[in-house]
Amino acid sequence: MSAPRSAVEALPDPVAPAAPGPASPTASRRSRRADLTLVTGAVLVGLVVVLALVSFVWTPYDYAAPDPAARLQGVSAAHPFGTDRYGRDTLTWIMMGARITLLVGLIAVVIALVVGVPLGVLAGMTRIRWLSGLVMRGSDVLLAFPALLLAIVFSAVFGPGTVPAMCALGIAAIPAFARVARSGTLQIMSREFIAAARTANRSPWAIAVTHVLPNIGGLVVVQASVAFALSVLAEAGLSFLGLGTQPPTPSWGRMLQESQQYLGTAPELAIFPGVFIAVAVLGFNLLGDGLRDRLDPTLRGRE
Amino acid sequence: MSALLSRLLQFLLTVWAATVVVFALMQVLPGNAAQVAAGLQATPEDVARIEAEFGLDRPLPVQYLDWVGGMLRGDFGTSYVTHVPISPLIADSVQVTLILVLASMAVALLIAVPVGSTAALLRGRAAGAVLSGLSQVGVAVPNFLAAILLVMVFSLGLGWFPSSGWQAPIEGFGGFLSHLVLPVLALALVQAAILTRYVRSAVLEVLREDYLRTARAKGRTAAGALAVHGLRNAAIPVITVAGVQLATLLVGAVVIEQVFVLPGIGSELIRAVQNRDLLTVQGIVMVLVLMVLVLNLVIDLLYTVLDPRVRSRS
Repeated sequence: MSAPRSAVEALPDPVAPAAPGPASPTASRRSRRADLTLVTGAVLVGLVVVLALVSFVWTPYDYAAPDPAARLQGVSAAHPFGTDRYGRDTLTWIMMGARITLLVGLIAVVIALVVGVPLGVLAGMTRIRWLSGLVMRGSDVLLAFPALLLAIVFSAVFGPGTVPAMCALGIAAIPAFARVARSGTLQIMSREFIAAARTANRSPWAIAVTHVLPNIGGLVVVQASVAFALSVLAEAGLSFLGLGTQPPTPSWGRMLQESQQYLGTAPELAIFPGVFIAVAVLGFNLLGDGLRDRLDPTLRGRE
Repeated sequence: MSALLSRLLQFLLTVWAATVVVFALMQVLPGNAAQVAAGLQATPEDVARIEAEFGLDRPLPVQYLDWVGGMLRGDFGTSYVTHVPISPLIADSVQVTLILVLASMAVALLIAVPVGSTAALLRGRAAGAVLSGLSQVGVAVPNFLAAILLVMVFSLGLGWFPSSGWQAPIEGFGGFLSHLVLPVLALALVQAAILTRYVRSAVLEVLREDYLRTARAKGRTAAGALAVHGLRNAAIPVITVAGVQLATLLVGAVVIEQVFVLPGIGSELIRAVQNRDLLTVQGIVMVLVLMVLVLNLVIDLLYTVLDPRVRSRS
């Protein structure tokens, strides 16, 4: 790779495993640690997924039904996570909130992936310089809009809600996917089998589908996991500001916002949604790290 | 030199493109701004009057040029909703946000550099793994959750610091600081967790360098060799990340200002969004985006100055 075009591109990757050196642990130790990271991440993500799935068939209480007799009850056998100011069961709300968390993350990642990856592959494969330049400069412009800021703008223009939030977070994540796809593609394009495929007169389209996409798949999956974590964080922040998912749909960020009035008397109202936001983000981050370490051989050549 | 010029040109082009994006976003729903400003009971005549008053009946390119031209002169226009000029509002509130963001970055670096270096030196040992694990958890904690937990412990529990509010430095420096502690910590702790990971990997990178091995062969301890020869080199990537993270902090401040009821630019942004005061939103968003872009430019230039290797290559 030539001189880094910008400072950010030249950064060392904080989570990529260090190159083997005299002081580095043996390969088997490293892969065991990668597996531990992967398994921990999968378990945490699995927990959130299970909560969301179970909520479709069963929740301890009706999330929409207030129970004035059970207002602001602490942790108890009947309400393992306590109840809110309307007497609604917090565990039920956590389970329902898991749905929105996963839905927003999923749609945002799908938008970013479906738009970003083809653009990145195009920028990496094309020999028309202005075309790849256009894609990369476009992603520079988009990078100037942090996800949460873009989501706030969308809520100002379209009104607050889950759909504008998903779209904004997805659009904000496009540049990251485009960059990852492009750098992966550039790397693949210099390999001999691409030259062979070109000599054999395969069309660029065929090369992209049969050679490039399978080879950058790992990078994209890792990026998807990281982007999922970022989207969960941003959605929680947006709902916390009251500009994301609107009532009566339960969301963790909103639960945290509403808990603020009762911090002194009912701290569990803040702690449970807070812990679950952190669990979801940590889960997707660890999953991404673990996958990255697993896919190490293909990623190594990136440098 | 030509590299510098092309970077500056790229910066200006990006800023221009950003103004187009921001302006276009606000025009997605036509007639919206005047409709909202006129109120729910407004007759079509009311809306037309407001459109005429604020020039919203002009063609869009004219409105765009008017807006950009105004900004170049430091005039962001007058809100259709509150009829207040936007520039003084931005100028006042951005100071609060900058204090918050810069103080948070300073505190985050003060935490991250020693912790990250220690984690790198203790690599492969239990203590190093614990530090890495802690930073991994820290990254997953949203800053508003950190804020709420800090308020619970240090404000409601121990009563050491106020749970919200702002005091300007001239009204009393003690009060200024005590109002600043919890918001800064909320932003800085999460940021420190992110930076710790970069410091650790940067130090690990440096520890493998030949000159450090030479220094150790000459009898220095690992920590000593690092302190004398390594940290300067490890600083380059860390400063770069810290710069990039300033943009993250800027957006994080929007949320934290809400939690602590601080009169920063984030609070103004949220208030404008709630009032559907689109011109104010437009101005504030443009200021925030511009700050992000300027930061990126400064980091890139700084990077070239700090790292002679990049300079010779480009």
